[in-house]
Amino acid sequence: MPSSAPPANGRPGAGRAPLAISATALRKSYGDKRVLDGIDLRIPAGTVFALLGPNGAGKTTAVQILSTLIAADPGSGPVHVGGHDLAVDPQAVRAAIGVTGQFSAVDQLITGEENMLLMADLHHLPRREGRRVAAGLLRRFDLVEAAKKPAATYSGGMRRRLDIAMTLVGDPRIIFLDEPTTGLDPRSRHAMWGIIRELVADGVTVFLTTQYLDEADELADRIAVLSDGRIAAEGSADELKRIVPGGHVRLRFADPAAYRHAADALREYSGHVESLSLQVPSDGSQRELRSLLDQLDALGIQADELTVHTPDLDDVFFALTGGDTRVPAQTDRTARTTDRTARTDQTARTDQTARTVKPEETLR
Amino acid sequence: MTALAVRDSATMLRRNLLHARRYPSLTLNLLLTPIMLLLLFVYLFGDVMSAGIGGGGPDRAEYIAYIVPGILLMTIGGTVVGTAVSVSNDMTEGIIARFRTMAIHRGSVLIGHVVGSVLQAILSVVLVGAVGVAIGFRSTDATPLEWLAALGLLVLFATALTWIAVGMGLISPNAEAASNNALPMILLPLLSSAFIPIGTMPGWFQPVAEYQPFTPAIETLRGLLLGTEIGHNGWLTVAWSVGLAVLGYLWSTARFNRDPK
Repeated sequence: MPSSAPPANGRPGAGRAPLAISATALRKSYGDKRVLDGIDLRIPAGTVFALLGPNGAGKTTAVQILSTLIAADPGSGPVHVGGHDLAVDPQAVRAAIGVTGQFSAVDQLITGEENMLLMADLHHLPRREGRRVAAGLLRRFDLVEAAKKPAATYSGGMRRRLDIAMTLVGDPRIIFLDEPTTGLDPRSRHAMWGIIRELVADGVTVFLTTQYLDEADELADRIAVLSDGRIAAEGSADELKRIVPGGHVRLRFADPAAYRHAADALREYSGHVESLSLQVPSDGSQRELRSLLDQLDALGIQADELTVHTPDLDDVFFALTGGDTRVPAQTDRTARTTDRTARTDQTARTDQTARTVKPEETLR
Repeated sequence: MTALAVRDSATMLRRNLLHARRYPSLTLNLLLTPIMLLLLFVYLFGDVMSAGIGGGGPDRAEYIAYIVPGILLMTIGGTVVGTAVSVSNDMTEGIIARFRTMAIHRGSVLIGHVVGSVLQAILSVVLVGAVGVAIGFRSTDATPLEWLAALGLLVLFATALTWIAVGMGLISPNAEAASNNALPMILLPLLSSAFIPIGTMPGWFQPVAEYQPFTPAIETLRGLLLGTEIGHNGWLTVAWSVGLAVLGYLWSTARFNRDPK
């Protein structure tokens, strides 16, 4: 886990791969509200790092500190971005990074093209080159038609694209994207993923925050789960999924009698009456599967369909951010299932996997 | 370093002028107040006022000459209210956060606002002055040097008020608050020697009118354009202007460099 990681160092050649971003014991409080409570980051150059967490976990604060927008608290360890010490030379850090914040950082009053040229001027590009770069990026982000219209008239997706296009004017090698797809429709969201993948293909380091698990899964090399200002877990998507036993076997029945029979016989499950399906917790191993099948055979129960589901990041997320930040042990499984049942039962009547449990489980 | 400051400030100035050109309604609205006051005081109150001031019969032309310098400085007070509003508006825009994360000169955002506002203020003074000339205002015996000094005075005074207004805009959470906070910029000229000489005011009020920046600036401008006695008002105006400009600059930059919420 990150707390036992070797001391971070941003200077090239200090580790095996040069680190684009490193931070140790990053802290930030507002009054007596602790937003970041000592987080460590080591992000190799050319990788995508996702900071995953619910609203209010401290994701934006982390981005704001790393992008020189606000200062970390005095008790924090050193922070290096692009090889520069944040505290010593923030201006050098600024020259190395590009930031697309959570709220669109475009000038609404002027046109998309004027926004781009403004960026070119602030990067001190010669006039001709500025025009070339601006035109190229407008084309790349499908904004040519809208280029002469004020940014205030843009749709959410267009504004995001303009936002990123502006970030790219200075050709930064490290890019911070704070919730780049929040509020976008699915099509714009996928377009944004495509853009991020292109950036990575160019060798850019991307620091991404998101509250969407599939987004982190889709894009990131490494994911850190931020909860209450601490990193609850860090690793690749697969590593994280292994931490939490969220896998299950799903049994579907055509015959309601068989469904009820199975529901009576199985000790631990969550079920859905309308679809006649049962979810039985399982790690997907051969041993557990065989034991389940043996049990069904012994009772003479015939399921019409059996599928094995490996845990997804949703499971990781709920396990790590659900109040208790400790990584739950294997034995927490039943409790967790019950917990999630209560949550879904109240709200999601239409949720096709809304879970129900046996009365004695609910009572515990 | 200086080259960077100049270059980035010029870029920010272009941005501000673009805003002003694209959305001129704010600037034009602020012009209405001084023009209306000018017409109101000259054509409705002019006879009474001039009779009261001069002690003789009503002389509207004389009152026009008296009131125009005050109206011109009042115009500056009005346009800087627009500065406070547009700075406050600008700070709520996400683009300011972007500027803060870029390797640009820190103060350039504010300098762009200040230079842009001073240019707008001078343009406004010219427009209001044109209305003054249209209704009969004439400078009596101003030499080219005095005209130049008058322009210098207007620029210096506008710069001072603009830096204060930028600070007011920075501490205001929204446009309404900025407009309220900048209210003294409109009220102070009403409480100065713009409309009536200080000597005609009640004794208890005279210090209020005397010890504030507008009165010496108005008296100085009067002296330059109409040849009246300037006396110590010239130095007082320079002192007020430099003092307010430095204060406003330090206040604004300290405020801007603070971590955003």
